[in-house]
Amino acid sequence: MGNQLVMYEEELQQINGICDVLQKDSNAKAVLVIDKNGQAIASSGEVDQLDVTSLSSLTAGNVAATGGIAQLLKEQEFAGQFHEGEKTHVHISLVAQRVILLVLFDERSSLGLVRLRVRKATAELTNVLDALIRKMEAGSQPSVFAEITDADIDNLFND
Amino acid sequence: MSFINYSSREINCKIVYYGPGLCGKTTNLQYIYNKTNPDAKGKMISLATETERTLFFDFLPLSLGEIRGFRTRFHLYTVPGQVFYDASRKLILKGVDGVVFVGDSQIERTEANIESLDNLRTNLQEQGYDLDKLPYVVQYNKRDLPNAAPLSELEELLNPTKVQAFEAVAPKGVGVFDTLKAVAKLVLTELKKGG
Ligand SMILES: Nc1nc2c(ncn2[C@@H]2O[C@H](COP(=O)(O)OP(=O)(O)OP(=O)(O)O)[C@@H](O)[C@H]2O)c(=O)[nH]1
Ligand SMILES: [Mg+2]
Repeated sequence: MGNQLVMYEEELQQINGICDVLQKDSNAKAVLVIDKNGQAIASSGEVDQLDVTSLSSLTAGNVAATGGIAQLLKEQEFAGQFHEGEKTHVHISLVAQRVILLVLFDERSSLGLVRLRVRKATAELTNVLDALIRKMEAGSQPSVFAEITDADIDNLFND
Repeated sequence: MSFINYSSREINCKIVYYGPGLCGKTTNLQYIYNKTNPDAKGKMISLATETERTLFFDFLPLSLGEIRGFRTRFHLYTVPGQVFYDASRKLILKGVDGVVFVGDSQIERTEANIESLDNLRTNLQEQGYDLDKLPYVVQYNKRDLPNAAPLSELEELLNPTKVQAFEAVAPKGVGVFDTLKAVAKLVLTELKKGG
């Protein structure tokens, strides 16, 4: 499976760092980095009360649907989305066609500030993702899977 | 597209339940949800119409335990079976690691089954996948109904490549976990092969 996403300690730390800075600089409540297929990669801020798994899956569905609309209209992907709630607002954007950046914010911040900081974070995330993809393609990291036996897989289902 | 996180030591995989409208895809997920320990599952999300037909997808995150210190997590999705939701089905197939085709055993649904299976192949191909190379199992659901077609007939029509197939009565749970385990096992075996 050539299109597998692999995340290593080093890159994850970098992504977490970018999230932390973005969250603080934009006065956001929370920042999430989500794989395009709906899996959460990293988060920062007030995420304890959030259902990160559900939020990630729904956001990815939303981005996929919006991307589908863009295609139908012969647009490139829409650059970003903004949803305005009574208290909480959501900014969603795509990074390097690969991951989704979700920012939750309230009256302590503003859309202008969020957009500005997201732009900076996007450039940084793109660099990290590029490096990650090069690393994956080089296959320089040993795979855990080579060592997994059929018995290991069977054991998972012995309940 | 599986997602392997060496940092949090997690393996994430995506399994999609496909099949014609009303064949019982959502019911499969509901049964799994109801029978799974709270600590092994997340919230089940259903984006449905007011008449409980799937509108975009159902989503259920499951945790199956550990392999060599890696937590294995499966994200189960269903597609909307109704013919006119084809654009949504394509989106949900993106990044799929394993497929369950749920057939409706009722004789009257023969054509709908065949059409949906063709549609699955086509939509996978559009994204560069080949059903014959993916982890893939078949489920014949609604075996409890009097108008259910004989198994041999369904096998001939819907399973020409003779992948693993399971008889099911989804609301009662018959065959539901057998199907899930079979596809999950194939997915992990594929990951092992692909390294
Ligand atoms: N008798 C019987 N009824 C079933 C079985 N499985 C599902 N049903 C019923 O069939 C109806 C449709 O089931 P769903 O699970 O919503 O079907 P679906 O495949 O998700 O349909 P879409 O969302 O439109 O694609 C429901 O009323 C179920 O209770 C079964 O094995 N036997
Ligand atoms: Mg459904």
